[in-house]
Amino acid sequence: MTPPSEGTSGASGSASGEPEAARSDNGEKAEVTPAADKPEQKVSTTAAQETGGAPTAAEPPNLPAEPGTAPEPVVIGERQGMFGSSLGNDTSGYGGLESPILFPAAAVRPYGSYFDEVADALERGLGDGDDTTYGDAVQRVVVDRGELTLHVAREALPAVARALRDDPALRFEVCTGVSGVHYPQEAGRELHAVYHLLSITHGSRRIRLEVSCPDDDRHIPSIVATYPSADWHERETWDMFGIEFDGHPSLTRILMPDDWPGHPQRKDYPLGGIPVEYKGATVPPPDQRRSYS
Amino acid sequence: MTEQTTHETEDIFATSESDRDDAAEGRVFTASGGDWESLAEEAASIGEDRIVVNMGPQHPSTHGVLRLILELDGETVTEARAGIGYLHTGIEKNMEFRTWTQGVTFCTRMDYLMPIFNETAFCLSTEKLLGITDRIPERASIIRVMMMELNRVGSHLVALATGGMEMGATTVMTIGFRERERILSIFEMITGLRMNHAYVRPGGVVQDLPPGAIDKVRDAIPQIRRGIHELELLLVENPILKGRTVDVGYVDLTGCIALGLTGPILRSTGFPLDVRKSEPYCGYETYDFEVQTANTSDAYGRLLVRFAEMYESLKIVEQTIDRLQSTPGPVMIEDKKIAWPAQLSLGGDGMGNSLDHIREIMGDSMESLIHHFKLVTEGFRVPPGQAYVPIESPKGELGAHVVSDGGTRPYRAHFRDPSFNNLQAVAAMCEGGMIADVIVAVASIDPVMGGVDR
Repeated sequence: MTPPSEGTSGASGSASGEPEAARSDNGEKAEVTPAADKPEQKVSTTAAQETGGAPTAAEPPNLPAEPGTAPEPVVIGERQGMFGSSLGNDTSGYGGLESPILFPAAAVRPYGSYFDEVADALERGLGDGDDTTYGDAVQRVVVDRGELTLHVAREALPAVARALRDDPALRFEVCTGVSGVHYPQEAGRELHAVYHLLSITHGSRRIRLEVSCPDDDRHIPSIVATYPSADWHERETWDMFGIEFDGHPSLTRILMPDDWPGHPQRKDYPLGGIPVEYKGATVPPPDQRRSYS
Repeated sequence: MTEQTTHETEDIFATSESDRDDAAEGRVFTASGGDWESLAEEAASIGEDRIVVNMGPQHPSTHGVLRLILELDGETVTEARAGIGYLHTGIEKNMEFRTWTQGVTFCTRMDYLMPIFNETAFCLSTEKLLGITDRIPERASIIRVMMMELNRVGSHLVALATGGMEMGATTVMTIGFRERERILSIFEMITGLRMNHAYVRPGGVVQDLPPGAIDKVRDAIPQIRRGIHELELLLVENPILKGRTVDVGYVDLTGCIALGLTGPILRSTGFPLDVRKSEPYCGYETYDFEVQTANTSDAYGRLLVRFAEMYESLKIVEQTIDRLQSTPGPVMIEDKKIAWPAQLSLGGDGMGNSLDHIREIMGDSMESLIHHFKLVTEGFRVPPGQAYVPIESPKGELGAHVVSDGGTRPYRAHFRDPSFNNLQAVAAMCEGGMIADVIVAVASIDPVMGGVDR
């Protein structure tokens, strides 16, 4: 399994070489600075500000939470300036301000709602038969805004999908869709495939699976064998993001023409557009206008 | 008379050498109107059993720019594949370059027969990201429900109308569109536009109902009900229609679940799954309505479900009218950091910002002007995270998966369009049947290519 290395620092890269060790003692293995007697947890924003938004080596931010410790929010990037103007013309005096973009932290038990039940049942379901264990398969559990997100290791996805569909305590019969998200700043896990599952049997329970793959190895196993409804959705995700779903019966482009170069929904693919002249003034194309992201 | 060409092993639409090589496998006929008889004779003279017919994307019976690739053995379809993408407009990509409020203007154009649903799905997801789901004013939710249910009737009417037209029944089409026009006229009065409204916004709806709107809706309901009944009399017991639709496009419950089919297709198997009941949103749990099902699993059952659902929708609309009269505004969230400051009003030169508002920002308060300018040009920030809210659209489960990175624009907005998913059933519904049944089966899915291709 690949531990998600959220930041861009070299230390988290080295930690990915030895995931088991890094996981077992909560980051001390990955610690490269001699400050081993530091308190284990820090307030995330303080840490982020000290390090300019990048996670410190001492705190791999995206590992499964040890019981009893408060997990850190996940830094997925940083924002510069006071207003985030795309043209960089921040004259407020706060132009050098750097603040991290924090995604919701991993959840600690109890998750609340039906989420604990689902997690327990999945742990049991993965326990028997398959050689995939829950600890290997589920890298991180996020409960945010009343939704459960399981970050699943890509090689474990088919087993997890099968368990989710077939286990009587889970019975997620329907995969309502696959969506992709591109995070170019997340080294090693740039491309995410997001699956939404629905269990009708258990009264419309919904969970989300999130699977990531690095940009230079864009492979995720297909779940079409388990959920035939994912067929076109995976084709769309391949078309738009370039994620290759291994084992898909016919992974071809679906929305773009067959001979189209590139994958349009990736962040490095330009929106395109031409400047428009209107009453003497020129309006630039949408992606070149000033924006505040 | 349009041109009609036949070529010995030459495909005039071939774009590459490999395409031409493919064409060398068999003879390619290009039919674009004209003398079909000679074409058929010529095709028959080759003595080839296997014919691949490319139906669409420009074909009056494929429900829009849908391309059906049918492999035929005589008149029997042995293999059916759907080719989509001819109406891909990059709406999801474009939304990443506009503010959250402007995103509504894009997504309303996806499935153009259910614009209000597209808007609501996006807004509910955005509101969940913002954490303001509980703070949406009640009147705004009631208006959303009223608009959605009217829109559901309009969408089902088009489904039946175009379905009838594709089977050759133009009266069905004219009645369907005539009744839908009443709904569009209500929409025009309330939102200013017949389609592509951008009326539902994150935080509520853009403006309150104009004077007279409730009366107009109340007056229209009996007329629409009468029109639906007329259509029902024309269709439901019609022997020709039954001959065309009964046992056509059959998909049972197992198939529906495996293929993720929702909406009338799933309910025609007798399974009463409706997001309005199972995961209520916009206060649907407080309305009195029934989930309509049929038990035939075929195109005829879907037709019955659509009829029954229209009557249920009108029942809900009547309930919303009663509530609207006793529920005063506002129709937009009180939070001034989210709600646009503009108050629209109708002036002598058309719709625009109200004079009171102009007076305030231009004459009285510089801060109001700055606030207005910043909120409209820059937009509001949405806390980082992701959300998915499903709603029950006329075609099935419609959901928006939205991701925010804390900025003023969506980091990613993906729509789970029911038509996109449901079109996967074309092969299951059509293979083994007659070519004429393909038309009926596709019409019973009711795909709208604007939503499929986005």
